[in-house]
Amino acid sequence: MSAARRLLILGGIALALLGMGYGMWYAIFAEHQELDGIGGALATSFGAAAQRNAAGAETAMQQYRELKYSYDRHVDVHGHWIGLATLLILVGIASDRMALGEKAKLLLAVGLLLGSVLFPFGVLLQTLSHGAGPRGLAAGGATLVIVSLAGMTMGFARAQKEN
Amino acid sequence: MGSASTLQDTTAVRERFAPMGARRLLALGGIGLILVGMLFGDIFAVFVLHQNAARVGESLAAATHAAVAGDAKASGAEIQSVGGFLENRGTKVDTHVHMVAFGYLALMLAILQTWVAFGEPAKKKIAWIFLFGAWLLPVGVFLIHYVGLAYSPLSAIGWASIFADFGGALVLLATLVYLFGIAKRARAHEGGGWSDSLLGDRSAAGRILLAGGLALVLLGFLHGAYYASVDLYKHEAADYAILSEMAAGAAAQNVATVDAALGKYGALGGDKAVNIATHAHAIEFGLLAMMLAFFQPYVSLSEAWKRRWAWVLLIGSLVLPVFVLLELNLGLVAGGIADVGGLLVIVALLAMWIGILRYTGEIDARAAAGARG
Repeated sequence: MSAARRLLILGGIALALLGMGYGMWYAIFAEHQELDGIGGALATSFGAAAQRNAAGAETAMQQYRELKYSYDRHVDVHGHWIGLATLLILVGIASDRMALGEKAKLLLAVGLLLGSVLFPFGVLLQTLSHGAGPRGLAAGGATLVIVSLAGMTMGFARAQKEN
Repeated sequence: MGSASTLQDTTAVRERFAPMGARRLLALGGIGLILVGMLFGDIFAVFVLHQNAARVGESLAAATHAAVAGDAKASGAEIQSVGGFLENRGTKVDTHVHMVAFGYLALMLAILQTWVAFGEPAKKKIAWIFLFGAWLLPVGVFLIHYVGLAYSPLSAIGWASIFADFGGALVLLATLVYLFGIAKRARAHEGGGWSDSLLGDRSAAGRILLAGGLALVLLGFLHGAYYASVDLYKHEAADYAILSEMAAGAAAQNVATVDAALGKYGALGGDKAVNIATHAHAIEFGLLAMMLAFFQPYVSLSEAWKRRWAWVLLIGSLVLPVFVLLELNLGLVAGGIADVGGLLVIVALLAMWIGILRYTGEIDARAAAGARG
């Protein structure tokens, strides 16, 4: 098995396990609480509005905003890790059909694996910090995924032509 | 020595896609999961999604108008019903998504079977455990909304959730065991390889599906990256701003502000939904096409028909996300065309599934005869 294929397949399965394990932890320990919090914050906000308490409504809405921001990202991390893991494994299995040298394949494989880990991890870090760091990490990871994927698509397209 | 090795090869070749063998179980079970998941998604989209969205909108409007009237109790009750509708929607979406995702995972594990260092009986048992869990989780998730917390020993999690989590744990366990088997084999065959007709296939249908699938994944990623960098944060800010506007309008008893905000909130929801659906479906269909590329040797149809079904699948896979995105501009016409795209994918998938079911072992028999010399 070539180094690129091994990296993609084993890395992909490990990432799928990480994504599933994370999803299970989230479903058991955090999701229900977060959803209850979102509903509760909305109800509190509209309840305060009914009592003509504009400040109370705004505070509860801020709470809703934070919880919704977090919830969306937690779900995205789970979905993206597993989706990217699937892609890693598939590309790994098909890697011998890419009309590229072993070095180029390995480089693209490293880029794709690194991007697939870092992009959702950056999204996860956004639940802890709204700063530019986590956003930059997510954007960098996504760029790595896109560039590696474009290189691999070219490799497959070249193989098509050769056939 | 030579005859023992030949016998081993013959047995191995037969086991690769043996009737009810691990690979065939996972391939048929996986495509079955994807088919049922997609059909469920279609039925949900046509009969539940839009009606549910309308009810969410109505309840939100009722909650806001109750707040305008100063009726905190009624407002709270309406918000609670929004929560109920969203939970109903969320569990249906999760059922669809998990069924399709587990189907993909099953197909992938089917492809990897020859790299798992266990005997066929053990691989088969693990495949059954995987498939049991892969069906249990979505069924459990689907029932969450209906079972609720009835007879549950826990305060926040009901029986349906517990069974769904158990299903997820079985899938996780089975995948982990397969991973262990692959790692074991990788260590034992350092630098070696395994001949596998699935991986060696270079048929036209397989090549079309592989290249087309990866192109779809790339398109989906590019759209996702564009959405995340241009619209995502704007949409999140708008979600909060519009809801704040609603609450503030209600506190100030300003019905016009409230109604305008309600209108904007509905439009925002539609905009977010089509962008996310476009991104997700392009990538999912791309992955599906790539996976099906490997199974083409086991689709018992003529080469010409295999090519046709490959193109039908790819065309449907492109039509659905593109026209979902156009729904905002073209309305129901685009929605109808997107549904036709989804139907094309389902029909092509069904044709391939039937092709695999029809497979009578010609390839195994040929390979076995070759191995015998």
